[in-house]
Amino acid sequence: MARPQVDHGGVRVERQPADGGKADEGRVVEGKTVEGKVIIDGPNLARIVDRMAHQILEKTSGARDTVLLGIPTRGVPLARRLADRIRAFEKVSVPLGTLDITLYRDDLRLRGARAVGRTDLPTAGIDGTRVILVDDVLFSGRTIRAALNAIADLGRPRQVQLAVLVDRGHRELPIRADYVGKNLPTALSENVRVRLVEIDGIDEVRIEAWRSLDGTGKGDR
Amino acid sequence: MKIKHLLSAADLSREDALAVLDTATEMAAMAGREVKKLPTLRGRTVVNLFYEDSTRTRISFEAAAKRLSADVINFSAKGSSVSKGESLKDTALTLQAMGADAVVVRHPAAGAPHRLAGWVNGSVLNAGDGTHEHPTQALLDAYTMRSRYGRIEGLKVAIVGDVLHSRVARSNVYLLNTLGAHVTLVAPPTLLPVGVEAWPADVSYDLDAVLPGVDVVMMLRVQRERMTDSFFPSEREYSRRYGLDLDRLRGLPSHAIVMHPGPMNRGVEISPEVADSTRSTIVEQVANGVSVRMAVLYLLLGGAP
Repeated sequence: MARPQVDHGGVRVERQPADGGKADEGRVVEGKTVEGKVIIDGPNLARIVDRMAHQILEKTSGARDTVLLGIPTRGVPLARRLADRIRAFEKVSVPLGTLDITLYRDDLRLRGARAVGRTDLPTAGIDGTRVILVDDVLFSGRTIRAALNAIADLGRPRQVQLAVLVDRGHRELPIRADYVGKNLPTALSENVRVRLVEIDGIDEVRIEAWRSLDGTGKGDR
Repeated sequence: MKIKHLLSAADLSREDALAVLDTATEMAAMAGREVKKLPTLRGRTVVNLFYEDSTRTRISFEAAAKRLSADVINFSAKGSSVSKGESLKDTALTLQAMGADAVVVRHPAAGAPHRLAGWVNGSVLNAGDGTHEHPTQALLDAYTMRSRYGRIEGLKVAIVGDVLHSRVARSNVYLLNTLGAHVTLVAPPTLLPVGVEAWPADVSYDLDAVLPGVDVVMMLRVQRERMTDSFFPSEREYSRRYGLDLDRLRGLPSHAIVMHPGPMNRGVEISPEVADSTRSTIVEQVANGVSVRMAVLYLLLGGAP
């Protein structure tokens, strides 16, 4: 019943629906019960980040005039990892920043006010640079729409690109990523959960049955 | 935030107060940007309803709402139908009909914002009601202390002067107590309200005895416009016993800061040299006011209605 699928990066994976027989439900991470199925484990996640770092170097001629902006929460450590790998491969130091998009969201009125995160730009700013936005999952595209608006208020980059660990489809806006760690076709009834060591204590990407993150049952997409 | 209106500093839980201060920190970072505007409250209407004169607070709320892209309607009692005898309730119903999402109200009567909150659907923000409360001032004072010391917990704060007529003092006592600071009120007995012993603060009549042990000294304005009685023999005598001058400034610990909510009576509660010294955070407080009010507007209006 498992269908093999070939992803963008050529990695073969076995996929099952979230309610499939082999899902290892009930595993415990950091004291919480974890459900769903692991799609990317730690070592593979590291390989994917390596490949993305190489792709960035290739497409940007050695990451010149490039700034990596991570979108909180998990885009921030991802951006840092990409910068670390780029430094390890070619000894170039890419300026890093954080771009919080809470105040630019188009769904603020759908639930209570969210906590505002930190926006930190590299000291040299982003004018005239190539900004690469980094996020964990590309879904509706609304986060990236908000990020593009936020960038317009912060400066005028020469170019804006997008790097995501997982592209799960179901776009609601005309947005695409320049660097994709993994294309992961999903159903709307599923949830893609990225966990990173820096925040969650483990590196993995899982597909779970859909549950709203705040438990209210209202959308978080 | 769990609350819909900001009527009293005592309504703020520790969690809510810290959420305001943390959000204000991010809002302050925006003040250094090229485009000082966020789209967050686009399409929302904020009404500034001022029945009492104000410079700082009204401008500060207006700037905060505009930086969040809200539409701002300024209403001052002068030049409105209030001078024709319109009641607060009828004015409130007018605002309601115009679809105000938030009403920022300053009123000479204590409790007016509470009444207003029962008449309008939007959020009500108390911008000072008589001698009762001024919660956003307390929040910006707490923000200023935290930005100087990195914490509020355990700070020793002296609030000095006309406590009786001061809404700033009352709101500060509540909020600082919630956040774990230790407050001492210093004033002549005539300028302390009845029941002050029930406040979560110590009381002293002797400024010189209190000063050496404080981290923050907050001077209050002598509110002559509210004084219907003679509370002290003369301004000169008040100034000698309760005014902060250079001599008393030297008696403060070297790290201590001097605050004042403004407007100042230079030469009465604070000498000009002290007001303009590097120890004074008075100008900083005004700048912080915009960030804190942006945070409050966002937290009250930014989410689901």
